[in-house]
Amino acid sequence: MPSSIDSSVVRPRADARRSAVVIGGLLVILLLAVLLAAMLGPYPLTPGEVIAAIARRVIGAAQPGPVDTVLFQIRLPRVAAALLVGAALAAAGASYQTLFRNPLVSPDILGVSAGAGFGAVLGILLSLPVFAIQGLGFVTGMITVGIVYTLARALRSQNEILVLVLAGIVVGALAGAGISLVKILADPYNQLPAITFWLLGSLSGIKVSDVQVVAPLVILGLVPLGLLRWRIGVLSLGDDEARALGVNVRFVRGVVITSATLITATAVSVSGVIGWIGLVIPHMARLLVGPRYDRVLPAAALMGAGFLVLIDTVARTAARIEIPLGLLTALFGAPVFVWLLARGRRMWS
Amino acid sequence: MLGARGLSIGYDGRTVAAGIDLTVARGEVLCLLGPNGAGKTTLFKTLLGLIPPIAGEVTVGERPLGSLTRAELAKSMAYVPQAQVMEFAYTVLDLVLMGRTVHLGPFSAPGRRDHERAHAALADLGIADLADAEANRISGGQRQLCLVARALAQDAPLLVMDEPTASLDLGNRLLVLERVRALKAQNYGVVFSTHDPDQARDLATTVAVIAGGRLAAYGAPQDTVTGPILSAVYGVDVVVERTESGRHVVAPRC
Repeated sequence: MPSSIDSSVVRPRADARRSAVVIGGLLVILLLAVLLAAMLGPYPLTPGEVIAAIARRVIGAAQPGPVDTVLFQIRLPRVAAALLVGAALAAAGASYQTLFRNPLVSPDILGVSAGAGFGAVLGILLSLPVFAIQGLGFVTGMITVGIVYTLARALRSQNEILVLVLAGIVVGALAGAGISLVKILADPYNQLPAITFWLLGSLSGIKVSDVQVVAPLVILGLVPLGLLRWRIGVLSLGDDEARALGVNVRFVRGVVITSATLITATAVSVSGVIGWIGLVIPHMARLLVGPRYDRVLPAAALMGAGFLVLIDTVARTAARIEIPLGLLTALFGAPVFVWLLARGRRMWS
Repeated sequence: MLGARGLSIGYDGRTVAAGIDLTVARGEVLCLLGPNGAGKTTLFKTLLGLIPPIAGEVTVGERPLGSLTRAELAKSMAYVPQAQVMEFAYTVLDLVLMGRTVHLGPFSAPGRRDHERAHAALADLGIADLADAEANRISGGQRQLCLVARALAQDAPLLVMDEPTASLDLGNRLLVLERVRALKAQNYGVVFSTHDPDQARDLATTVAVIAGGRLAAYGAPQDTVTGPILSAVYGVDVVVERTESGRHVVAPRC
């Protein structure tokens, strides 16, 4: 039977071993990024100082001093937050792109960022303490997606995915209008700059206690995505095919939406709105390990983590003032996205 | 092993066709014929349990379809959709591995035995050398065979194929039909829909003609793929002629 084909169609074996090597390499790069981020700042540290301080801490022989204070009170909490937020946004983006079978989808698709943003700016308007602003942002982000999901279910369409996306756009736009309203009502000298800064994303002022809240929530969201990795990948074939292959589509989709919303709302409430990571990083992961979700998920999470650790290091060291993270990710994301487009329509391969 | 009794099909309570009785067993090929919009796809989705019947019942084995879980259904019948270009550039092997999903633990990815089964399914269809090719960049016929391989890897005794030869060129069409014939010989039950009465006449054990909101004809090909029935169903004047080689072809009356 004629099945001989043009040899250029056969890709080099993107098999398990290759992606395992890539994922191992990404882990090493992430560790190097963390080390670099821990070294740089107004009080520079050498790699030896960083490693020695961490080693002493691990074996329980910490020596109180300026190095430990800078490292464990200021720098590493912020690095940990960047790592968690970057991993969360990239993992949520990879999950939604697979679920919605659309490579242009970002974690905001169901309105979680707009919803969390509305809650947070409302908190700023009401002059709430920082933890309350974060909590309000998290809760409104979750509620927004809850409304979108309930609305889509209530409409009982044949095309559940389409209705879900449209509901996300509508409710997200409503939350966006709410943000504009809060901006108009805000005190233009104190609150408005704070709102604007928050909406552009920043990790300045992160404390150990923030990381202690964010880490378990992000891990709680990532674990189900990791466990159901294969079935989530099968959803990319469409509802009918996935059902015929034996997947409980509604359940798996519910898990993806709940988990991705949890980690995105957590990320946004602690860091503000940081665009582009959830959109661009999954594409770059696919370039390295192919389109399979069970490989894209770890690759994207590691790349997102390493990327935001580096970007945040630039944000706090490049200029005398903090540069908003959303500006830097846009500066990076837009040209990379154009480059991906220029690689042709196979960009989502 | 798959049957329908007094089945009414449709969407949102709107009936598309009613009074459908049919059955297909292992080693049989049931072919669905009918004009565009007659309800072939709706019937398919109902038989696969993707949409509920409006009335009547579908049975798998001896059990009503509604009493089976998704996983039980997937172990009983495999769906072969029309091959389309996908959003993600999966390799042929990745796609065929997805056929193993129902046999995996809820938190597992395919292991060595699943890879072996996938490679065996590809070899069975004569496309073993395509395993590492990108599924979007092979020919339409090869992609259709890849989806058949996925269905084989699913290890279900019944294959439900939605117009497997639509939009294929002559060579690919014959390739796919030859494989369907081989599957029948391997004791698979096959349900497939087509727009080509010649295929039905040539390949089917039983033909079901859906037209005018009902089962217009049901039975052996020589009794159903006939000039008068096709003329009535499609609204054109055709005859079924026997060629010198003993095959039957549908041609316009002239």
